[in-house]
Amino acid sequence: MSGAGVRRGTELGRVRGLGAARSGVGHWWASRMTAVSNLLLLTWFIVSLLRLPLHDYLTVVVWLHQPVVAVPMLLLILSVFYHVRLGVQVLIEDYVRQEGTKVIAMLLLNFYVVASAAAAAFAVLKLAFGGPGA
Amino acid sequence: MATVHSPRPRPLSPHLSIWRWRPNMAVSILHRATGNAMAFGAVLLFTWWLLAAASGPATYASWYRVAHGWLGLIVGIGFTWAMFQHMGSGLRHLVMDTGANYEIHANQRSALLTMAFSVIMTGLVWALVLFA
Repeated sequence: MSGAGVRRGTELGRVRGLGAARSGVGHWWASRMTAVSNLLLLTWFIVSLLRLPLHDYLTVVVWLHQPVVAVPMLLLILSVFYHVRLGVQVLIEDYVRQEGTKVIAMLLLNFYVVASAAAAAFAVLKLAFGGPGA
Repeated sequence: MATVHSPRPRPLSPHLSIWRWRPNMAVSILHRATGNAMAFGAVLLFTWWLLAAASGPATYASWYRVAHGWLGLIVGIGFTWAMFQHMGSGLRHLVMDTGANYEIHANQRSALLTMAFSVIMTGLVWALVLFA
């Protein structure tokens, strides 16, 4: 950077007020972005479920087979699971004191979220491409 | 030393046991509780529902039996309320992120509003599910 001569103060003094040193505002921002997309996609999801005549096998499978349903469902899965991942991280950071336990908790959280999201997305894709059975 | 002459123990730091319950703090902890309950409850039920549908009529039938029993009803209503409470307090957080709604009375009012919202919306949705 521009000349070491102009830098003054201690290491701490120079970084004070500049914000977090690790990931900064990215986590906070992603949490808000997914909150808004959750709001839109969940509103669609609830209204759609309420408009279905029944929730029996055939109704649900035929419903999920349509691209106008499968695509928002995939977006909903992405948005909700990402939001879950960010939210539970805050819980872990607030309550898990020990650094080792925290790393393990974060590892388990990531495994849990990615595995569930993959399973949910796979189910939607199978129904979207495979079709309603017969 | 100053600590020796302290007339009585000083409050340590903000803590659940020394806060007086107020709508804003109740909504704050509800936001966390509902969010994390859904993260490990509703999200798994949602995934189970999709996997059951993708696995065929027999698997779906077993999901359907549980979902349409009294346990499914209680859990369903519970998570519907949790979702609307989290949605309401989440919207309140988005407003507060703009720097608005920090005046104490307005802040308390919006906190109460999120609770009214979640109860009314849960009632509305389940009235439609059960009686429409």
